Amino acid sequence: MANLVEEFAEFRKSRVWRSVFRAGSGQSNLHRSLAVQQNVFLHLAAVKVRRRALEFGVTWYLGTLSLACFLILTVTGILLMLYYHPSVPQAYADMKDLQFVVSAGVFLRNLHRWSAHAMVLLVFAHLFKVFYRGAYRPPREFNWVIGVILLMITLFLSYTGYLLPWDQLAFWAITVGSNILAAVPLLGAKIRFLILGGHTVNANALLRFYVLHCVILPLIAALFVAVHFWRIRKDGGLYTGEKSDD
Amino acid sequence: MTEPKDFTASMDSDSRRTPVRVAFVTRRTSPQVRTRDDRYVMTYPEVLFRAAVASEILLLALALVSLFWNAPLEGLADPMQTPNPAKAPWYFLGLQELLHYFPPVVGGVLIPTLVVLALIVIPYFGINIEAEGFWIRNRDAKVRTLILVVALVAVFLSWFKVWAVLIPTVAIVALTLVGAFPSAHAGAFRRWLHLKPLPFWIMSWFLIVATILTLIGTFFRGAGWALVWPWEVD
Ligand code: HEM
Repeated sequence: MANLVEEFAEFRKSRVWRSVFRAGSGQSNLHRSLAVQQNVFLHLAAVKVRRRALEFGVTWYLGTLSLACFLILTVTGILLMLYYHPSVPQAYADMKDLQFVVSAGVFLRNLHRWSAHAMVLLVFAHLFKVFYRGAYRPPREFNWVIGVILLMITLFLSYTGYLLPWDQLAFWAITVGSNILAAVPLLGAKIRFLILGGHTVNANALLRFYVLHCVILPLIAALFVAVHFWRIRKDGGLYTGEKSDD
Repeated sequence: MTEPKDFTASMDSDSRRTPVRVAFVTRRTSPQVRTRDDRYVMTYPEVLFRAAVASEILLLALALVSLFWNAPLEGLADPMQTPNPAKAPWYFLGLQELLHYFPPVVGGVLIPTLVVLALIVIPYFGINIEAEGFWIRNRDAKVRTLILVVALVAVFLSWFKVWAVLIPTVAIVALTLVGAFPSAHAGAFRRWLHLKPLPFWIMSWFLIVATILTLIGTFFRGAGWALVWPWEVD
């Protein structure tokens, strides 16, 4: 075991490793800064943050947990896609297969479902936490707006996913929801037609919701999450009530 | 002979009185240099580590839930068979509850649109940015305005018989008014109420009303959207 650790440490000094992670394996703050700066994902964040911002009470880690949900949903969602056909009535048969045929299929579906509920709850909680600690105030106002957009995307993601099992629950929940859309003055019926691909929830609606749920909305969400994190850095890090400089 | 000196050697630490100084840096009085800023920590690894731990705890919790509770799956979708009641997902049940009281344009379009717009503009209004205690200035005028506004809202809500919104609204306004006149020996809670800004009151009102409507829609609505007990909801 110790041998393995040493070998890994040795490997981190090799040219191959260094070609991927240029920061190298040092322990200095410079190395640690480079580890963040030179990684396309991590560089959305600052290289150092206020110690106070990490205290549990400041954020309750709700934003972090929202992201964690999003990641769990992405992984379980991709696995579910391997077993799912967005067609009527095959979609429902696929649910039954997940339940009775696919190994751990029930667990996979459960994890995706409960994580989706958790994400909606956590994103709402995050919104209120940000509000009550006053972190929406300038210079963070635009990041708050990005947040509202993320909330809308989260709700829409959850809503489009709701139809995919094509059971009674799914069908009628979406019917109730799309009837609300039809109440929009003048354009209502047109908007509903656009979203459903018909006047009622049918096979076209299933396909549209599938494309929105599995491709379009996740991509948009990822994009806005990236902007959200980058803005935290650009707005001077998390709001802690402390002065930002010395 | 040496020139007379135009300076005297003395000990002083005030730079205005003795501008030219020779500093003797002894071991014990060395100038302070901050080598480390304790108020900051490195993102890698401190933040990433905490984020990973938080995420793993969440994953563990969700995995446990998924082992013991199954996601619902009803019969195949059947457009000819409407379940009663047909419910939207839980986060829209507050909205569905509103639709029970108001015409669709109001409950389904106007109110949600206003909520979203209100959320977006929050950080652009001075009142939300300064966040000054609501009662600190112009108290009497504010009391009158508040009562007037609430009276109008109450008439509107009574007209549509929306008791589920009217009751919490009146309760919250009463709580706000409790904070308006803190006597000299008022308790800590009352002083806390006194210092809360208007945005706090509006957001809390929204949060409480939305929660109540969602709970009613989820647990207390049965066939025909009639009021039922939670154990009668299937
Ligand atoms: C997919 C949804 C979202 C994700 C993944 C997300 C993620 C995060 C994370 C990780 C943080 C860092 C600190 C924290 O945890 O509070 C944060 C901060 C923040 N979020 Fe979100 N967020 C989301 C939605 C929202 C929503 C709905 C709002 C509000 C409308 C919002 C507004 C903010 C603001 C203003 C900050 C900066 C707070 C500060 O500077 O202290 N976010 N977000």
